[in-house]
Amino acid sequence: MTIAKTNAKLGEAGEARGVDVFGFVARFAPTIFLLVLMAMFAIIEPRFLSSINLFNVMRQVSITGLLAIGMTFVILTAGIDLSIGSLVALCGLVAAAVAKGGLQDRFTVGEGGLGYGWGLAALAAIAVGLACGYLQGLAITRLKVPPFVVTLGGMSAFRGAALLSAAGGPISGFEPSFTWWGQGKIAQQVPVPVIIFLSAAILAHVVLRYTRYGRQVYAVGGNPEAARLSGLNVNRVIASVYVIMGFFAGLGSFVLAARLNSAEAVAGTGYELTVIASVVIGGTSLFGGAGTIFGTVIGSILIGVLLNGLVLMNVSSYIQQIVIGVIIVLAVAFDTFAKSRRRRI
Amino acid sequence: MIAAAATAPSDDRKPERSILKMSGVSKRFPGVLALEDVHLEVGQAEIHALLGENGAGKSTLLKILSGAHSADSGTIELFGEPVAFATPHDAQRAGVVTIYQEFTLAPDMSIAENVFIGREPGSKLFVSWRKLAAETRAITDRIGLRRDPMTLVRDLSVAEQQLVEIARALSMRSRLIVMDEPTSALSEAEVANLASIIRTLKSEGLSVIFVTHRLEEVFRLCERFTVLRDGRFVGSGRVAETNVDAIIRMMVGRDVGALYGIRPIPEHGGVALEVKGLTRRRTARDPHAIELIDVSLRAHKGEILGLAGLVGAGRTETARAIFGADRFDAGSIAIEGEPVSFLGPSDAMACGIGLVPEDRKKQALFLRLAIRTNLTIAAHDQISRLGIFIDERKEGRLVDEYKRLLSIRMASPDQAVGNLSGGNQQKVVLARWLALRPKILIVDEPTRGIDIGSKVEVHNLLIEMAKSGIAVIVISSELPEILAVCDRIVTMREGRVTGEIARTAATQEILMSMMTAHEGAADRPASTH
Repeated sequence: MTIAKTNAKLGEAGEARGVDVFGFVARFAPTIFLLVLMAMFAIIEPRFLSSINLFNVMRQVSITGLLAIGMTFVILTAGIDLSIGSLVALCGLVAAAVAKGGLQDRFTVGEGGLGYGWGLAALAAIAVGLACGYLQGLAITRLKVPPFVVTLGGMSAFRGAALLSAAGGPISGFEPSFTWWGQGKIAQQVPVPVIIFLSAAILAHVVLRYTRYGRQVYAVGGNPEAARLSGLNVNRVIASVYVIMGFFAGLGSFVLAARLNSAEAVAGTGYELTVIASVVIGGTSLFGGAGTIFGTVIGSILIGVLLNGLVLMNVSSYIQQIVIGVIIVLAVAFDTFAKSRRRRI
Repeated sequence: MIAAAATAPSDDRKPERSILKMSGVSKRFPGVLALEDVHLEVGQAEIHALLGENGAGKSTLLKILSGAHSADSGTIELFGEPVAFATPHDAQRAGVVTIYQEFTLAPDMSIAENVFIGREPGSKLFVSWRKLAAETRAITDRIGLRRDPMTLVRDLSVAEQQLVEIARALSMRSRLIVMDEPTSALSEAEVANLASIIRTLKSEGLSVIFVTHRLEEVFRLCERFTVLRDGRFVGSGRVAETNVDAIIRMMVGRDVGALYGIRPIPEHGGVALEVKGLTRRRTARDPHAIELIDVSLRAHKGEILGLAGLVGAGRTETARAIFGADRFDAGSIAIEGEPVSFLGPSDAMACGIGLVPEDRKKQALFLRLAIRTNLTIAAHDQISRLGIFIDERKEGRLVDEYKRLLSIRMASPDQAVGNLSGGNQQKVVLARWLALRPKILIVDEPTRGIDIGSKVEVHNLLIEMAKSGIAVIVISSELPEILAVCDRIVTMREGRVTGEIARTAATQEILMSMMTAHEGAADRPASTH
C-alpha cells in the first residue's frame, strides 16, 4: 500500500499547488487586461473616467453584450452563429411593425393600422428570434450541416427577409414608452439597456453554473460522444443553444430599435464579429466545453472600452477595426498557448 | 560522466556496445519533480524494456529523448557523442524516432504520403508518385504490411496503422526506435506479429526501446530492462536473469502477491440480460463497420461474464448495440425476462444498463471539466432540486461516497478530471455508473493503459460489483485479465459467437483457439474486408 500512498502524495502535491502563477494569470487575463487598459486611457485622457463616459460605454456595450450572452451558450457547444446581425435587423423590423401598426403600406397590423404597445412589439421580436434560432438548430442537428454553414446561410436569408419586408426604408418614431427601453435611465444615471444586459448576464450565469441544463451544455461541448454515452440528448442540447441565441437576438433587436428610435434592414451589420470577439476575448474556448458568462461580460466591456478610448483619442474608425481584428487573433492564440501549456504539465 | 570513455564491459548489467546513454537526467515541471537523476543505457541491436507504473516518469524520459521536452540537468550520449535535441525533428535526424500511443498519421492521406510526409521523393516542386509508391513498398514489405501504398490510412486497422508508423521510422533511417505502449490497443495475434517485426529490426542492427504494461511481453521479446518509480531510477538488468515477481517488486516497491489469485466461481442468481439473434449489417454509409451475425448471450445476476475475441471480433459492437448506442437490424434483448427496445443510451440507462466504453478519454470523460461534473453527469435526477437546479450539497455527498468506496485519489472534486492518473480516471467512470445502481454493467477494456496497482483495484471492484448482485460483462483483449475476473467466458470471432466456457475449464490456449476458431490461428487477422 505504501507505493500507492507515495503516488497519491506525489500527485496531490503537484495538483494541490493550484497557486500556479501562470494558471492564475490565464484565468483572470481578460480582467487584468481590462483594468490595465482603463488605467492607460485614464492617464492619457482624464475625461475617460467620468461617470457620464463610463455609463456611455456601458450603454454602447449592452446590446452586443446581450447577444454575446447568447453566443456564449452557442460557442460552449463548439458551435458558432454568424446569422445574429441579420436576425437583429429582421426582429427589429418585426418589433417596429407591431409597434407602428404596419410596414410602409406593405401590410398593416392592429385595428386601422394603429399598432400595439411596446410589450407586444418586444414579444413579437423575441418570438421571431426564437423561431429562427429553432430552425437553424433543426438544420444543424437533423440535416447534420455544420453550424458555420447553417448560420452563414441564415446570415444571408435573414438579411434578405429584412430587406424585403422593409422595402428599403427605415421605420422610426415610436411611443416614448417604447423608446424608454433603449434611452431611459433609472435613478437619473443608469441606462435601462445596461440594467437589461446585467440582469440577463446574472440569469445566464445562474443557468450555466447551477442548473442541470448548464452542466449538459458544458458536457456536450466538451465531448459530445461521451455526453451521448452518458444518456444526454445531445441533439436537443445543441438545438437549444441556437434557440437561446435567437431569444437574445430578439431581445437585443428590441432594445436597439428603442435606443435608435428606428428600425432598418441594415441594422446589426457586422455584429457577429464584435459579438464573437467579446465571447472569445472573455476566455470561452472555440473548441467548446470551457468558458463563463463572467468572462463574456468582461470581454464585451473590454471591447467597448477599447473602442471608446480610441474614439476619445481621435483614432480613426478604420484603425479601430484593425485593432479589433488583431485582438481577436491574439485572444485565440493565448487560449491555444494556455491549453498547450496545461497539457505539458 | 567521470568514466565516460572507460570501455569496461565487465559489469554484465551494461550492454556490450551502448548506442544510447542517458545519465543523471532530471526534469521539473511547475509543482512536480517528474524525473530525478535517471539513467538509461541501450545497446546496439537491443530490445530494451522501459518499465514503471503510470506516473513513474517513462513518458517524460522518452519525451526528453525525442526532443519534445528538454532536461533540466543530465547528459544524453548517442553513439558516444553528447547530444541535446531541441525539437523532435533534431532527434529524428540523429536517428531517434518515437512512436507514441496516439498515432500522428493523417487519416485522409495514403500510406505512402504518411510514410514520406515532408520528405517526398521527386524534384523540389513535384512529387514523383511512382517513386513514392515504390520506396514505400520496399519498406512495407520488410515489415509485412501487405497493402497498396496508395490505400488511405483511414481504411487501415489500428495494427496496420502502427505498421505505417514503423515504416515511417524506417524511412528516416533511424537507428533507435522508441515505442510507447505499442501493444495496448492490439489483440494477441497482432502483438505476436509486432513482436516478430521488432525481432527483424533487431536482426538488422536497430535498437528498440519498448514501453509496455504487459510483463509477459517483456519476457517474450526484450533482452534488457530499466525500471523507473516515482521519477527515479530503480534498476536495470538482463531479462533472462530476473522474473516477473522481481520486476513487479521493483515497479511497485512492494510484493503484490499473487496478482491473479484463485477465486471460486460464485453462485449466481437469475438471468439479468438475455440477447437473442442480434444482427447488424453493414450499410452503404458505413462500409467498414463490423457486422454482427446472430449474436446470442445471457448474463446472470451476480456473475461476471467475459467477452473475449480479437480486435474486430464484434465485442465492442455487441456492447454498444445492447446499450442502444448503435442501431441493429434484427434480434431481441430482454432484461429480467421482459423484452425491451431502446432508441438510445438514455432508454437503456432507464432499464438499468450501464456501459463503460473502451476509450476513456474519447468516449467517457470530459477532460477539462471537474471530477464532480464527470462523476455525476448521468445522475442528475438524484442531485437536483425542483428537477432544474443542481443541489451541490447532495452532489458533494455523492462524490464523497464514491471517492471513499472506490478510493479515488484526488486533491479536490473541483480539479479537472484530465489531471488524474489513468487508474483514477477509470474509477471516476466506474463511479458514474455505480451511482446509477445498474442491474447490468458492461465494462469495455476496464484496465487499458492503467498501471498494475490500479489494475488490481479495478479487478477487485468488478468482483465486488458482481457480489452485490450486478450482472457484470467484461470485454478485454488481455486474456490473463479475462481469466482473472470472469466466471464464464463467451468468445467471438468476426461478429459471431464461437463458444462459451466456464473459467475453471479455460486456459489462455483454449480461449485463443476458440477466438480463432474455424480457420485455425491465422498469424494476422484479416481486417474488415
